[in-house]
Amino acid sequence: MLMLRSALLSTLLLMSSALYAHHDGTHHELSDGEAPAIEVTQPWIRATPPGAGAGGGFITLTNHGNADDTLIGATTSITDRVELHTMEMDGDVMRMAPLPGGIEIPAGESVTLAPGGLHLMFMELASPIVEGQPIPITLEFQYAESIEAELQVVPVGASPEGEGAHAGHHEEHHEEHGHMAH
Amino acid sequence: MQRRDVALLSIGSLVLLLTLAVFFAVFGRQAANPPLAEMGGQFQLVDTEGSVVTQDDLVGKPTLLFFGFTYCPDVCPTTLFNLTRLIQQLGNQADQFNYLFVSLDWERDGPEQLARYISVFDERIRGLSGNEAQINAIADAYRVQYERVPMEQGDYTISHTAATYLLDREGSVVGTLAYGFDLDETQASLEQLLPSS
Repeated sequence: MLMLRSALLSTLLLMSSALYAHHDGTHHELSDGEAPAIEVTQPWIRATPPGAGAGGGFITLTNHGNADDTLIGATTSITDRVELHTMEMDGDVMRMAPLPGGIEIPAGESVTLAPGGLHLMFMELASPIVEGQPIPITLEFQYAESIEAELQVVPVGASPEGEGAHAGHHEEHHEEHGHMAH
Repeated sequence: MQRRDVALLSIGSLVLLLTLAVFFAVFGRQAANPPLAEMGGQFQLVDTEGSVVTQDDLVGKPTLLFFGFTYCPDVCPTTLFNLTRLIQQLGNQADQFNYLFVSLDWERDGPEQLARYISVFDERIRGLSGNEAQINAIADAYRVQYERVPMEQGDYTISHTAATYLLDREGSVVGTLAYGFDLDETQASLEQLLPSS
């Protein structure tokens, strides 16, 4: 009961703070009663090899509110450079694309940043991302108040529990297995 | 509707159209797989010790060849880790193959950078780098697609072919393994490339 109450309370707090959150004015104003309420689940990242310039962070964002919102950026203490990116397999070609407009999280929906697609791109890493040393991040939204989270670090090539099995395997994976000459 | 709103609306639509155009330019192209017979050829690169490596050094053993870069957030470390697991799974057969990781990032990746990067993977994976002309030569030979994608502050990342190439003992390309290749299937394919005992 206490849990439920505090959950309700934080939802209310989130909703009210979202109403007052500042934004850049390019979108419509939220009208009365409209508010996004973002929940963050399973933030994680893979450890990086020494000297790796970049690492991809993953997270699930659920908008329990009744207004669309957009993840517009993230900050962390480990680097000044975090961008929102997506990648896509086009046949055998991995294509990367920055998303300067952010990642939309429609009201009532979940968006998962996961290997093979959307990711937080951490750049100019001064030192490797190491297993067992979580990465603190602050996620910034267009309307909702910023959310702090910690990315759990899993080994290179691994995925957290419940995120699918072995290295390289993910849901969006194209099932073709290259081509062999016979 | 006020004139200002109309102007904003038209600017908005224009921005939307431009965004869509860029999106389709980036994602709309379908990469067709070129025939295997057209892949392969001469190349000259350096390994992490600074020694020159050419196609002739591969002859005698089948080769697994992967292209990437050390600024790669996900696909490259995942594939190198998959290769490491494959090597472990191959056990005492593992030494009968060459394993090469070629960096397409001729500007940022040299022998020292590659040495650091691959140190966490199986030591049998050799990291190769080269200058712009050398990298373009091997990319052309193997029909590897790669292009720089600009980011903020003049930075860039690289879109690239993420398949792993399989070469037979003569150095001819006989197949490609898609990103996230299955270890058991790959082991079976590799065993066919070894001399029949």
